[in-house]
Amino acid sequence: MNTNKISKESLEKSSKNGLQVPHTLSVKWLSFPYLVWMIGFIIIPLIMIVYYGFTANEGGFTLSNLELIADPINQKALILALELSIVSTIICLLLAYPLAIILNNSKMKSNSFIVLIIILPMWMNFLLRTIAWQNILEKTGVLNNVLHFLHLPAVNIINTPTAIILGMVYNFLPFMVLPIYNVLIKIDKDVINAARDLGANTSQTFLKIILPLSLPGVVSGITMVFVPSLTTFVISSILGGSKIVLIGNVIEQQFRLGNWNTGSGLSLVLMVFILFSMTILSKYDKGSEGSNLW
Amino acid sequence: MTDNKLINLMNITKSFGDTVVLDDLNLYIRENEFVTLLGPSGCGKTTTLRIIGGFETPNKGQVIFEGKDITKLPPNERQLNTVFQKYALFSHMTIAENIAFGLKIKKKSKAYIQDKIKYALKLVNLDGFENRMPDSLSGGQQQRIAIARAIVNEPKVLLLDEPLGALDLKLRQDMQYELIRLKNELGITFVYVTHDQEEALTMSDTIVVMNQGYIQQIGTPEKIYNEPENAFVADFIGDSNIIPSIMVEDKLVTILGANFPCVDIGFGKNKPVDVVIRPEDIDLVKPEEGIITGRVTSLLFKGVHYEMEVMANGREWLVHSTDLSPVGSEVGIKVDPYDIQIMNKPESEDEQAAEIAQ
Repeated sequence: MNTNKISKESLEKSSKNGLQVPHTLSVKWLSFPYLVWMIGFIIIPLIMIVYYGFTANEGGFTLSNLELIADPINQKALILALELSIVSTIICLLLAYPLAIILNNSKMKSNSFIVLIIILPMWMNFLLRTIAWQNILEKTGVLNNVLHFLHLPAVNIINTPTAIILGMVYNFLPFMVLPIYNVLIKIDKDVINAARDLGANTSQTFLKIILPLSLPGVVSGITMVFVPSLTTFVISSILGGSKIVLIGNVIEQQFRLGNWNTGSGLSLVLMVFILFSMTILSKYDKGSEGSNLW
Repeated sequence: MTDNKLINLMNITKSFGDTVVLDDLNLYIRENEFVTLLGPSGCGKTTTLRIIGGFETPNKGQVIFEGKDITKLPPNERQLNTVFQKYALFSHMTIAENIAFGLKIKKKSKAYIQDKIKYALKLVNLDGFENRMPDSLSGGQQQRIAIARAIVNEPKVLLLDEPLGALDLKLRQDMQYELIRLKNELGITFVYVTHDQEEALTMSDTIVVMNQGYIQQIGTPEKIYNEPENAFVADFIGDSNIIPSIMVEDKLVTILGANFPCVDIGFGKNKPVDVVIRPEDIDLVKPEEGIITGRVTSLLFKGVHYEMEVMANGREWLVHSTDLSPVGSEVGIKVDPYDIQIMNKPESEDEQAAEIAQ
């Protein structure tokens, strides 16, 4: 690599002059590509959003873009998005935790096989998965066909908040199962045995030992589900129709119409919510190694 | 010592999948004994301990505790406590909370718990460590906390699964003395698992030597060392010379063609047997004074003694002595009759169950 060559030469030169060049200098060069990526695709766009957010259409500093959140339609969209994403996260947690425990206790030797079947739905495109749910839930969709066959009344789930919650849970459940599962398998079986040995029954062992030790995984999972749910617009468009508008849809609309300023303003407000939630969540991840998704 | 059987394992069979780990094992443990289950990896000693603790259920057989059948009882209902090999401390709790765990489950009062924590930490020489976190402690300290956490519940029996395995030699030796002191102070029964025969010899009242799921011999450390009952025990404990020989008649054995007087009787006439002679029991003398003669082929200084190998009558003999004989010198081998241990040859690999010798 070009950069390595340079550092080697400069090292040789420096040592000839008697200068001490720290060894870490050559290692630091390896992070160069990622730094470029980070600056180009994360930091610069972020700065741009901040700029547009605080700038009016005609130019000049303004807070009006941010204040747009006070608009009743936008408020409704934000609150609905918060409600749906919180409900989805809770449902994911209630489904994922027992599943992770069952998988942890199973006699199946292959850890990678378990991880595979959880990730399998993710192999298919996110959009297609969501459209598939549309097919299932629509008025003449698969679900209603089955109900009709069983002589049960048809249900109208499509274009309701329920459909959106279903879509969110289905799409993001693996992101809750995996971090929790990864933390659970790392708990030494003898720690559980020690708790039992000291007199704890099954529920005491769970509440006092397993649950606290699994918290980093739970926090990781909650973050991986809540944030994409809160900001989604695809799930609400496909499963909610034009009737249900989430904050994600509002922002997407603004950008589609070319209103970069208002779009950015609303994005900034949304970012504040997310940062706020992450701060609260990080209090539960008391500096332990933090289990990431993979 | 009364013949009070505190724990009685009867006809215990345990398999993992296709592997039979324990086959019809019978063992009892008396009150206030320090019993060590000793054997190589895979001999079934840890499995036996876990069956006593309730972490494994035997496929066949019963575990009797104080006369009651506890085979199906889960670990949290047994009056035993365990010290695990890797300590298994609760990393999200402070040392005090770790120690108090069992007491809180038993719903003891705050005052009682506070007292007990202080007492336990004092007992293991870690006063003042209440608010530390387990990860900030060294291996030896963690081990002592694991012991404190177990004994604070005043169990009748303490189970220890190779607790000193991960410690360095000096610390291990210190901890061995600590454990003996604890046992005497607390007066509880210790069931100890290890593959280290020195540990077993140092600490135990009774050693149970195991191999491949069978008990090879049960006895005091002295008995196990000086009077091993078969080749496995002789070989596993200490260094030894094990030589196939012929028992001519009572008190006379032929080893590699030479007649050695010994003290064992009752083996029959002209019976093939195994003979065990400990290296420290061999005297190297002038060739004309020995029963057989040989040449020294190797000499090592081991600190405590010299270790020499002597080629005599077609076999390399291991000799320990504080006197050295140089390599290449001709020597005579002499063994006191009392130091020759005669053992029956095993009939088959499976014929390993020993009688309880006490």
